Amino acid sequence: MSTQEQTPGASVPMTMVQALRSAHDVMMGRDEDVVVYGEDVGYFGGVFRVTEGLQAKYGKTRCFDAPISESGIVATALGMAAYGLKPVVEIQFADYFYPAMDQIVSEVARLRHRSAGDFAAPMVIRMPCGGGIYGGQTHSQSPEAVFTHICGIRTVMPSNPYDAKGLLIASIESEDPVVFLEPKRLYNGPFDGRHDQPVVPWSKHDMGKVPEGYYKVPLESAAIFRPGKAVTVLTYGTMVWVAERAAIDTGIDAEIIDLRSIWPLDLETIVESVRKTGRCVVVHEATRTSGFGAELSALVQEHCFYHLEAPIERVCGWDTPYPHAQEWAYFPGPARVGAALKRAVEA
Amino acid sequence: MTSPAALRLHIPEPTGRPGGTTDFSYLLLSEAGEVPRPAPDVPAAATASMAKSLVRVLDHEGKAQGPWAPAIHPERLRRGLRAMVKTRLFDARMQIAQRQKKLSFYMQCLGEEAIAIAHAQALQEGDMNFPTYRQQGLLLSRDDISLVEIICQLMSNARDPLKGRQLPVLYSYKRAGFFSTSGNLATQVPQAVGWAMASAIKGDTKIASAWIGDGSTAEADFHTALTFAHVYRAPVIINVVNNQWAISSFQAIAGGEGTTFAQRGVGVGLASLRVDGNDFLAVYAASQWAAERARTNHGATLIEWVTYRGGAHSTSDDPSKYRPADDWQRFPLGDPIARLKQHLIGIGEWSEAQHEEMSKELEAQIIAAQKEAESYGTLLDGRVPSAASMFEDVFKDMPEHLRRQRQQLGV
Repeated sequence: MSTQEQTPGASVPMTMVQALRSAHDVMMGRDEDVVVYGEDVGYFGGVFRVTEGLQAKYGKTRCFDAPISESGIVATALGMAAYGLKPVVEIQFADYFYPAMDQIVSEVARLRHRSAGDFAAPMVIRMPCGGGIYGGQTHSQSPEAVFTHICGIRTVMPSNPYDAKGLLIASIESEDPVVFLEPKRLYNGPFDGRHDQPVVPWSKHDMGKVPEGYYKVPLESAAIFRPGKAVTVLTYGTMVWVAERAAIDTGIDAEIIDLRSIWPLDLETIVESVRKTGRCVVVHEATRTSGFGAELSALVQEHCFYHLEAPIERVCGWDTPYPHAQEWAYFPGPARVGAALKRAVEA
Repeated sequence: MTSPAALRLHIPEPTGRPGGTTDFSYLLLSEAGEVPRPAPDVPAAATASMAKSLVRVLDHEGKAQGPWAPAIHPERLRRGLRAMVKTRLFDARMQIAQRQKKLSFYMQCLGEEAIAIAHAQALQEGDMNFPTYRQQGLLLSRDDISLVEIICQLMSNARDPLKGRQLPVLYSYKRAGFFSTSGNLATQVPQAVGWAMASAIKGDTKIASAWIGDGSTAEADFHTALTFAHVYRAPVIINVVNNQWAISSFQAIAGGEGTTFAQRGVGVGLASLRVDGNDFLAVYAASQWAAERARTNHGATLIEWVTYRGGAHSTSDDPSKYRPADDWQRFPLGDPIARLKQHLIGIGEWSEAQHEEMSKELEAQIIAAQKEAESYGTLLDGRVPSAASMFEDVFKDMPEHLRRQRQQLGV
């Protein structure tokens, strides 16, 4: 899409929920083949209200409720995509995508390849993810690594309202299927991991200023969230804000890279940063072992080995299910990230 | 106080095993012409009895009987017969080619030819089938899909339209309304419902037709599909091909004991029919009924086609290990080709001589196509699509990491 077609219009304060709703609205207005559905998505507008008002505006056949069947939602969306529509479906919580796993892995991700381009299933599967909301083990997971292991699917996770809208628009326009993970801890404001502190709303934050019209944040484009020289932090979603807090608290001049597109990703930005700083800390909320941090560490080692001056650090969720009462011991907060930053720069 | 009797787990068994004789009375057959034919806009609940009975048109003498006897031109019947013979001969040739190691694998549809072929005749251009691996009849009934192209897919050779990525028989022909076949069972049924929903959302006139075997109706996807089809009144036909066997597991293992697969639709609220799948006229009539119902916004129909898998499940299967060897010869619904041929001869529209001539012509056509396809290579002689091509079509455009991996492979 050329820059002439970008019609972002005036920026107004939006929460991430409002920004995502605006992305739906813009795309449903531009393309009548965009169809939005999922559990509670229609009349009620979704349990997180992302799709609120879309049914009233675009009609019941373009935004509607689905039976409680994640595999049915994904499978019917595949059929619609194969027909030529552009379905954007919501899985109510990322923790619930498992019943749809076979449809995502064996069908959605592989349709183009197995049919040698005869059929394809470009679609967006949105799912709120992550912890820090007292969701216990079934409302807190970050399953991105599960999708990055699957060939043929894109995995995206925004960290702020501006990116959320631009990335969702890019995902809807993508000719590949996209799993769009929304850190629900960021729906109403940035979160730096200090759960005992009040959350500043997006309306008081620069990244909460979102253009009302059409614009895209290209997939596979990482953002340098915070420039720095001492150490590179590779992260995404809520942990971008935790990493920033840790850098401020420790006074370490950390360069924070917000991946935005988890896979396929912007390797160039990552490699350039690590080669510059010579040090790398990988931060994610998901369980550590075989998490996406392992892939990031391996990539950095392959591409930056001779520039590294310290072992690559990983700060992640522990290898346990997400515990309800011990949530804040599980959630990788600024103290743990800060300690890793110190180890990295002092090594 | 007496102690309760110990519980016992029931494991269903077929009525015949190797060395014995199958008792086919479990099939619950109706006579030809016996089952009434309601209008296609009948409320779904009113079809409940039809999910237990069996729609049949051809009687034992090959005469068309009763309200389901379709008004169908003899030319259409001859085309159907031709496609069935072509399919059977094609299957036999490919079976031999597999034994000669020219194919890695093959699955024939021996005995089930009438279902896909008569159903295809009741659909329209632009409709989309979501088949399993045993609906090659949908393709072989068409004149615009070349046998050479099909065989190139089976041989995974340099001209394989699927670039050597799929097992033989997992075809994909969008231009022929044949959705890419998955090896994972039942996944295509809710996809077909989604495709049909899309057609309804767009105010189109096309319908979808989903296919599944009796065995995989036990998969969750099948039940999910029935729910979605009912909820959104999707213009879709859901075909359950009950050929009695899921590899070595008898249909009762999938839940067919004491009920029918058609009855799955009744509880969900779908119009449901149970039909003689070896009766070309019954298949055509029931398919047309369901298609009309879908096309006039009266919703989905579940059809159980009662048939028998005459051959092995695949070239890797030996059915004599789990069922009587003469089962197919004794199957009460007979051979669909013999039955249609008998009917056509009976109405004076066909003859043994014409049949023999047609068979010879088709055989020659298939042999010629196989020879040509083999000239483009086989999986075994290494003349397959380039290794570089495997990195294509993973994404619409090739991402950087795949370019790097392709370079690492050195292609």
